[in-house]
Amino acid sequence: MRGFIQTHPFHLVGPSPWPFFTSFSLMNLAFSIALNSHNYMNNNFFIFLNIFIILYVLTLWFKDMLAESSYLGDHTLAVKKGITQGFYLFVVSEILMFASLFWAYLHSSLNPTMELGMQWPPAGIEPISADELPLLNTIILLASGVTVTMGHHALINGNRADTLNGFMYTTMLIILFVMLQGLEYKYAPFTLTDGAYGSTFFSLTGLHGIHMMMLAMMLLVCTYRVYNYDFTNQSHLFGEVTMLYLHVLDMLWLFMYMIAYWWGS
Amino acid sequence: MSYMNRWFLSTSHKDIATLYLGYGFMSAMVATGMSVIIRLELSGAGPQYLHGNNQVFNVLVTGHAMAMMFLFVMPVLIGAFGKFFVPIMMGAVDMAFARLNNISFWCLPPALVCIMASLLMENGAGTGWTVYPPLSSINSHSGPSVDLAMFALHLTTISSLLGAINFMVTVLNMRTMGMHLVHMPLFVWAMYFTAMLLLLSLPVLTAGVTLLLMDRNFNTGFFEVAAGGDPVTYQHLFWFFGHPEVYIIIIPGFGIISHIVSTYSKKPMFGHVGMLYAMGSIGLLGFLVWSHHMFVVGLDIDSRAYFTSATMVIAVPTGIKMFSWLATMYGGEVRLTVPMLFALGFLFLFTMGGLTGVMTSNASIDVAFHDTYYVVGHFHYVLSMGALFSLMGGYFYWSKSMYNLSYCVIKGRMLFWLLFNAVNGMFLPMHFLGLNGMPRRMSDYPDSFEPWNVMSSLFSMMSMFTVMLFLNMVYEQLTGNFQFKTKKVNENDNTPDFMASNLLGLNNSDIEFVLPSPANYHTYNELPMLYAKEMSNEEVK
Repeated sequence: MRGFIQTHPFHLVGPSPWPFFTSFSLMNLAFSIALNSHNYMNNNFFIFLNIFIILYVLTLWFKDMLAESSYLGDHTLAVKKGITQGFYLFVVSEILMFASLFWAYLHSSLNPTMELGMQWPPAGIEPISADELPLLNTIILLASGVTVTMGHHALINGNRADTLNGFMYTTMLIILFVMLQGLEYKYAPFTLTDGAYGSTFFSLTGLHGIHMMMLAMMLLVCTYRVYNYDFTNQSHLFGEVTMLYLHVLDMLWLFMYMIAYWWGS
Repeated sequence: MSYMNRWFLSTSHKDIATLYLGYGFMSAMVATGMSVIIRLELSGAGPQYLHGNNQVFNVLVTGHAMAMMFLFVMPVLIGAFGKFFVPIMMGAVDMAFARLNNISFWCLPPALVCIMASLLMENGAGTGWTVYPPLSSINSHSGPSVDLAMFALHLTTISSLLGAINFMVTVLNMRTMGMHLVHMPLFVWAMYFTAMLLLLSLPVLTAGVTLLLMDRNFNTGFFEVAAGGDPVTYQHLFWFFGHPEVYIIIIPGFGIISHIVSTYSKKPMFGHVGMLYAMGSIGLLGFLVWSHHMFVVGLDIDSRAYFTSATMVIAVPTGIKMFSWLATMYGGEVRLTVPMLFALGFLFLFTMGGLTGVMTSNASIDVAFHDTYYVVGHFHYVLSMGALFSLMGGYFYWSKSMYNLSYCVIKGRMLFWLLFNAVNGMFLPMHFLGLNGMPRRMSDYPDSFEPWNVMSSLFSMMSMFTVMLFLNMVYEQLTGNFQFKTKKVNENDNTPDFMASNLLGLNNSDIEFVLPSPANYHTYNELPMLYAKEMSNEEVK
């Protein structure tokens, strides 16, 4: 496709089926959740099928992008600048989403109603102690920031072994975090349906948890791309945005730890 | 290029904009149909057409609002005009992320399907577009309708959020050589501020409606008083999105009006930089005033004082814009073309809508206005006359440049005057009804409210004939089979003067009129260069 001289530095993407497939699978997902919730269907099969289809189509979409960047050389400096800006803006919108959930949390917790016993945590709720498992999770997340920075520096300095180690340690730390959160949820003395406390607590930490699973996948792909010689010490945009995402999610976790676990208990 | 590749798997901003335009006008028919049924039901006291089924009335109100805002005005102003002209006006080859551009469009037909399913399944969502709990909670709306309406909002949110990121990156990263931010045309600036508002407000809506969905289906207690939650949380989250949303709808219109007024006054825009700062201030203030929609929920007096004052401050940048448009026309060679008629209508009627807005912004007076037809009249003046007039003006202004389509001027003028009378006759009486205390979202009213309601409903019929005339004009444009053959002129051509190129007969500061029309599949094979106006040809060489 590049048999001519291109007089501008931007990437003109050819027609792609993935957007079309993604949006209509999203519609199917919306319908399967809505209809399933109201007993029009008596099993979850279509919900999981549609989630699988969406993830599969997105995998193919990202596969195209990896090919364009690593093998076709479409990602010039100008294109990379655009992708970086786009990712920053996406992160801003994510922060706003977390801010809304903090808003919901603080709306209930700063002025607990009569129904909650006018106290936070509400009467009868046994909160999770902030200086046990949550503290370990905080340390794990901060440690993942350290290991990823080690990997980043090794990458810039062209040290393949340490880059691989850095990304692998980070991936494992994030997966460890997700597993420990799973344990915490399993043994939590309250549930999602235990009034305003349980709802706000699990929606905040749950949104963070889903993002951590996504981050673990991104880090896995990063590790593979380092292993596959996709990243060079000059050009590793995907690694950079993954690291940015990791730090932003760490920061959000620190707010969560301070407000929901520490002050909120 | 095969049909499938070009229209379904497209990555070209002009083709995607075309899809948006067609989709937007189709949704407009749906939304207009619902508004006409609403007006028919209100055409007399007592049940008229809906057999006293008030739920159906409320469902139609919800569907009308959601379809008009999310499926008509936003797709046409932001999707069609924005995605068509932002890259062209900045000399960019395409949008920054071409595939995201495509998914932005293709999330919208599913949203339309969700909204229609929400209307038609079981009892429908009789909640209004605000979807406040506890009315929207599972106790009051037990079927899947509210869930589907929420999912429609999710889908339009995905569409708009990805579109917003796309616009901002395109503007920041893809301007051509010499195109400094300050030199960008006002329409591009308008789209940039719109994208900023979308980016910062939409995630909050997503959070709000997702929490509502969890309250409905997963037994959580965010908005459930018995569980220690508070429905007012939802209202805060919703209006933190909802207020920027009204600026999202009107700011692209501001950009279009600036272009039309400048072109048909034969003068550059008065106060270009002032205009863009005014748009920026409106956008910023839009995030600081959300609780003026909630004056009667029991905010304390300090909050009401703050939100009243902050809201009134918005009148200042809006006034700057209005007076700059007037100053542009002052001393100019004003030509009353069809787009210019719509622009003048916008200036007059948007000002009226703004003034009633200042009335409602006062927390003390709003106690009387809240949930009455005064509010309905107010926001239809700013939307149905502000956003819609700029949209119609933009359509006639740009249909030559987008698709090389001319229109019948005599029908265009008829269209303007019909629409002008229809919307004024329809919405002006609503102010009087509201001042007398007629509540909104009610399908019946005391006999004393009948005369103004009859007038409003009659003019609603007139608006339907206006829609038919518009469809007839589009039909003529697309077939080229004009009824009044002599009246088909191209109003984009200027009489040459010192501002316009004598070679092109066009105002050559507007690149969309200099390009071939319709533009090539890839607009630019080489990036255009921008030179400052002060430079003579010798200096450029």
